[in-house]
Amino acid sequence: MSLRQPPLAAAHADSGATFTDFGGWEMPVEFDSIRAEHESVRESVGRFDVSHMGQVTVGGPDAERLTNRLVTNDVADLDPGESCYAAIPDESGVMLDDTIVYRLPPGWPDDSDFLFIPNAGHDAEMTDRWTSHRDDWDFEATVENRTESFAMVALQGRDARELLAPETDADLSDLGRYETAMADVAGVETLVARTGYTGEGGYELLCPWDDAETVWAALECQPCGLGARDTLRLEMGFLLSGQDFDPDDEPRNPYEAGIGFAVALDHEFVGRDALERVDAEGPDERLRGIKLIDRGVPRHGYAVTTADGDPLGTVTSGTMSPTLGAGIALAYLPTERVDPGDLVRVEIRGEPKKARITTTPFLDR
Amino acid sequence: MSFTVPDDLRYLDSHEWVRVTDDSARIGISDFAQDELGDVVFVDLPSEGDDLTAGDDFGVVESIKAVSDIYSPVSGTVTAVNDDLADRPELINEAPYGDGWLIEVDLDDENELDDLLSAADYEDQIA
Repeated sequence: MSLRQPPLAAAHADSGATFTDFGGWEMPVEFDSIRAEHESVRESVGRFDVSHMGQVTVGGPDAERLTNRLVTNDVADLDPGESCYAAIPDESGVMLDDTIVYRLPPGWPDDSDFLFIPNAGHDAEMTDRWTSHRDDWDFEATVENRTESFAMVALQGRDARELLAPETDADLSDLGRYETAMADVAGVETLVARTGYTGEGGYELLCPWDDAETVWAALECQPCGLGARDTLRLEMGFLLSGQDFDPDDEPRNPYEAGIGFAVALDHEFVGRDALERVDAEGPDERLRGIKLIDRGVPRHGYAVTTADGDPLGTVTSGTMSPTLGAGIALAYLPTERVDPGDLVRVEIRGEPKKARITTTPFLDR
Repeated sequence: MSFTVPDDLRYLDSHEWVRVTDDSARIGISDFAQDELGDVVFVDLPSEGDDLTAGDDFGVVESIKAVSDIYSPVSGTVTAVNDDLADRPELINEAPYGDGWLIEVDLDDENELDDLLSAADYEDQIA
């Protein structure tokens, strides 16, 4: 199977990026150094090509009803130009993917009402999920996979606004968190969203595929790859679909994954009844932050144990935090046995390394 | 992109180098290897007095994105370990042939050096 390429592939290759296969896409993993890219975002601003993220639009009289029945958050509460984070669960409450759902702002160029962003490689599956449920429920809605019609550039960091402002007619001071507006960016009709996945302020810019280079080039700052995107999201304890949860390899519900805030049980959706039971009883395991006291780098698949070596769980994501200078990790651990503040061990190449359970985010943001 | 390959060193095809002075040998990883790994964040090295066998792995260098075993170009006994790397593993990125060295060993058999790659051969390999 050949890899999908973002519209900026040639530009990235020219700038010396190294690439990796991620969700079926050949994406830049590193431009200069993961540490330098990471620090740019934490200290000023960086730009990411996130065109591997899916884009699915939903329109028609039942667009809201259809979308609302397939995600955990209540999208009926969104005004045009607002968005929310949500999980997409199956009937048993297991997360298939997580997503941002946008109710499209005035000026969006067609009659779609909603846009949601499945993770890399999930776009076809989620489009099918929406269409098949639409047919089962006999709803009137159009569902379109637009992943290869749109590019997405994330501009993240405290200086993002200053960098974007001269290139756009959008009133950025008026744009709240999770709000969007249609605007001109470097002459390109763009959906400007005040969202992101780094823990810093910033924007995600959705523009036509063929105009990606114009937008990218106008936002001159440190280019960042998936390597820095991973260390940045992990410092915030943000989930990575397919790794921190996965219907096959790591089946988890939103309460286990620590995103109960994105579940609105007071609306009807697939998986609601199962999740109501989990919420009432409390999950048996919960995703916890782990910060290493000993030196070492925790990684996916490493065992987490008590001080005596009793198994507690397995690391789903781990890295050396560039900001903290310490190893950090996420792992599902039994709620009855482990609380924040407890000391545990992470087994690295057979050596138990001392670590402490923490609440996430690992950084104050 | 071109990488530094000093003439006076011998190399393993797994990207370690050895610099021999009298009967002591200093070992590190090449400029090419540190660039491939990216930001080094952790090293796991043997202790003084440990015995190494040529071709066997003797430690680990970790970057943010990868864990890499390191192999010994020669057999011998470890006589020194670069302790600076514990606090500053990035020295491997900054000076792979200098302050970023890993260990020194007392050679068992100098003839093993003949099995290693010359700078020219190693340069061909990474070209």
